[in-house]
Amino acid sequence: MSVIIETPNQPRTRKRAHWEKYGWLFMRVSGPLLIVLVFTHLVVNLVLGDGISAIDFAFVAGKWADPFWQVWDLAMLWLAMIHGTNGMRTIVNDYTSKETVRVRLNYTLWAVCGLLVLLGTLVIFTFDPCPANGAASLLPSFCPAR
Amino acid sequence: MALKPQGTLYRGKVGMWSWVLHRITGVAIFFFLLVHVLDTALVRISPEAYNVVMESYKTPIIGLAELGLVGAILFHGLNGLRIVAIDFWSKGTKYQSIMFWAVMALTIVAVAGFTPLHLARVFGE
Repeated sequence: MSVIIETPNQPRTRKRAHWEKYGWLFMRVSGPLLIVLVFTHLVVNLVLGDGISAIDFAFVAGKWADPFWQVWDLAMLWLAMIHGTNGMRTIVNDYTSKETVRVRLNYTLWAVCGLLVLLGTLVIFTFDPCPANGAASLLPSFCPAR
Repeated sequence: MALKPQGTLYRGKVGMWSWVLHRITGVAIFFFLLVHVLDTALVRISPEAYNVVMESYKTPIIGLAELGLVGAILFHGLNGLRIVAIDFWSKGTKYQSIMFWAVMALTIVAVAGFTPLHLARVFGE
């Protein structure tokens, strides 16, 4: 009995999108961007000034009063969440042996990712640095209530 | 001369251990990120709600854990650059081992510089 191998010297032609390749590439493009975004975030929030002891509502309000930090944090939110979720997907794919478990875990990961990205985006864009429900002493110095 | 039995456990070299560390730090950073998006979202509830939760980040135990978090982020980021270099730089695989030690050295130096600064704030007034 002979085995017929169909033109093995021909490359596989696929019409499907190469999602794994795009995922692989995304990790290598978002990674260096995240280094700039996150390392700056750490220096500004934890090293400069009084670091962790200065972080409160007024500190965040002072930053997000500036569109520069709104865009900065928005980029960090989206890239970090997608980068992290895609990394977790890789780990799930590596360690699950049952297909249904794998699919359900990955579905959960992307659902959580979508919810948190949506929540974070809404928070950044609907943020009020001088809310009426805040005690005046907790507000940043530029608020009229202070 | 008889050969000493070596066992069958694969111990790997820095290529393997950097991969292990990259995974562990990645998972740790991921779960912190989930918490961090949620705690930051509290600014939308009220200044009081946000400040109460932020106070927990200034306690000694969490303050110490933050050093681990900063170290994990530094290692994961720098080792990520090493991975990019291995994948896209023609000499990447040749220098992957020395790059790993450079990543470790930079991480340790940065954490060592950050530690006294941060602990003074966590344990100070």
